[in-house]
Amino acid sequence: MAEGMTWSVTDGDKLTQAEVYGEVLSQLGDRYPDIVALTADLATSTKIGRFGRKYPDRFINVGIAENTMFGLAAGLAQAGLRPVVSTFAVFTALRSAEQVRTDICYQNLNVKIIATHAGISFGQAGSTHHCTEDLAVLRSFPNMTVIAPADGMETGNAVAASMEWPGPVYIRIGRGFEPPVNRTQDYGYTIGKAITMKEGKDITLIACGVGVHHALRAAEVLEKQGLSARVINMHTIKPIDREAIIQAVKDTRRIITIEDHNIMGGLGSAVAEVIVESGKACGFRKLGIPDCFSIVGYPEDLYHHYKFDADGIVETVSEIMRMEIEEDEDWEDEV
Amino acid sequence: MPLTQEEIKELTRKAWDIRKAIVDITYTCGGSHIGGSLSETDVLVALYYKYLNIDPARPDWEDRDRFILSKGHGGIGWAAVLGDKGYFDKALLKNFNKTGSPFGMHLDSLKVKGCDASTGSLGHGLAIATGLAMGARLRKKDYRTYCMMGDGELCEGTVWEAAILASHHKLDNLTAFVDRNGLMIDGMTEVITTLEPLPDKFKAFGWEILVVDGHDFAAIGGAIEKAWAIKGRPTVIICNTVKGRCVDLMENQAQWHYGGLNSDLRDQALACIDTHYKGILG
Ligand SMILES: Cc1ncc(C[n+]2csc(CCOP(=O)(O)OP(=O)(O)O)c2C)c(N)n1
Repeated sequence: MAEGMTWSVTDGDKLTQAEVYGEVLSQLGDRYPDIVALTADLATSTKIGRFGRKYPDRFINVGIAENTMFGLAAGLAQAGLRPVVSTFAVFTALRSAEQVRTDICYQNLNVKIIATHAGISFGQAGSTHHCTEDLAVLRSFPNMTVIAPADGMETGNAVAASMEWPGPVYIRIGRGFEPPVNRTQDYGYTIGKAITMKEGKDITLIACGVGVHHALRAAEVLEKQGLSARVINMHTIKPIDREAIIQAVKDTRRIITIEDHNIMGGLGSAVAEVIVESGKACGFRKLGIPDCFSIVGYPEDLYHHYKFDADGIVETVSEIMRMEIEEDEDWEDEV
Repeated sequence: MPLTQEEIKELTRKAWDIRKAIVDITYTCGGSHIGGSLSETDVLVALYYKYLNIDPARPDWEDRDRFILSKGHGGIGWAAVLGDKGYFDKALLKNFNKTGSPFGMHLDSLKVKGCDASTGSLGHGLAIATGLAMGARLRKKDYRTYCMMGDGELCEGTVWEAAILASHHKLDNLTAFVDRNGLMIDGMTEVITTLEPLPDKFKAFGWEILVVDGHDFAAIGGAIEKAWAIKGRPTVIICNTVKGRCVDLMENQAQWHYGGLNSDLRDQALACIDTHYKGILG
């Protein structure tokens, strides 16, 4: 384990996001004896069961009862424990939205939530299981921190960092087959601080979750076409890294956001708010699920179908590059 | 009227076909909730081939009986039945789970004929069924509403909220089934969160309780007919079942809640099913 690191996973770049977090959480168990892990009959599917095997006395499987689970987490937090709760994103953000908001966020309780199978990563399961609203919903809850890690390593980092971050934290990950973008854990992850994965001057791709992988792939293709694309991993949707966004507006004047989420209310909206408030002109497009109930299918096919894989991004880039964008002389006051 | 021996044989033959279809679709689609699909099969077969007043040629017929599969992950078993009944071309089931297919793991009421509610998020079905039953009464319709729940699903509070409501409104046109296979995903219901004494719980909520062997057509049929005769309260038929029924390697195995089959496993599963039914039917 490197100096100062709280976890270490061998071959973490080959494990799914959930496998890494299950392992990391069980490593954090010693350092944080107040962690109690909760799930609602999804110990196996979410991988929080790993913690349960190591610390059976600090693990509660509530049965298939999500609303009660989030209420229980609030009570445990008030009693001085550090609940870490894991179920699918759809049951967290939608079914139990009120428990998360009123019982947990209102009192700013120390509850960490790891929601799996988010977006369309559980594509074959259909609309009842897709969750393309969670970033929008949870971003609107005061006190809530919202994180969408890019891969397994980052999930490990986010889970570890959340332990030292005050208040409720929502970490949303996919089903687990998302390709890794980080080879090691040691790249300076900080909640709220965007990561520039690749420098570029013509356009900026701001992505979260599996979108980061697609953006990097698109950037490679664009490079061959003579376009230099900056790729920003905006893993924290709230609080969002305003400086990174404004800098991108200034440097590239064109931004595309990429997320496995409805294009309404999630990363794209959060980035748009910052751009508009800056008063600066910027070509802008949001890629994700275009405000519809997503169809059934394999996630990779669906990313392509909804045009936020590398092909779709490249297509949108060529569209936005044709836009005329007014020059603005007066940048220095903003950045 | 109790089922005749001939009817029971007929239903048994259907269940044989449906269980084999479940295995086949699981093989082609890459993975399914096979355990719970095999446990619910006999109740679905009894309903669809004997008791439901339906017309597959008119899936939107106003007066049809309603069936809600609240344990929506059993969709593959339900789809096998609906396809066989002729709600759609069975051949389409080859596309189960495939990109752009109307059939995902949980059936979609907008895409699959014969499916009246997009379930899959557990704990929704009984409330919807209660609404359908109440709607029949308000619109002076004679149709009955049936709802099938998993036993693990009973952990959801909404089940009990609907149970209170249905008994308060004396919805005797509503029959619920519990597929009591004793397992949820992470293990046994009684180890994770105790459900027993389950009949007493429903009883305390004002329901009529019938407990049957959920793989015995005579018992299932008898209970359904008994429920028709009960006035002034809804009935729940607790069906004792075996998760993974008829496939030895899956029976009572929590890890077969969801799984995929390679061709060896598929052949093994089909052989098990054949042996089981040849034993019964000769
Ligand atoms: C609200 C909700 N929470 C969790 C799940 C994930 N899930 C799917 S099936 C299942 C277990 C269901 O157990 P049970 O109701 O007993 O069904 P069966 O054993 O008959 O398959 C769970 C937890 C879900 N689909 N919906």
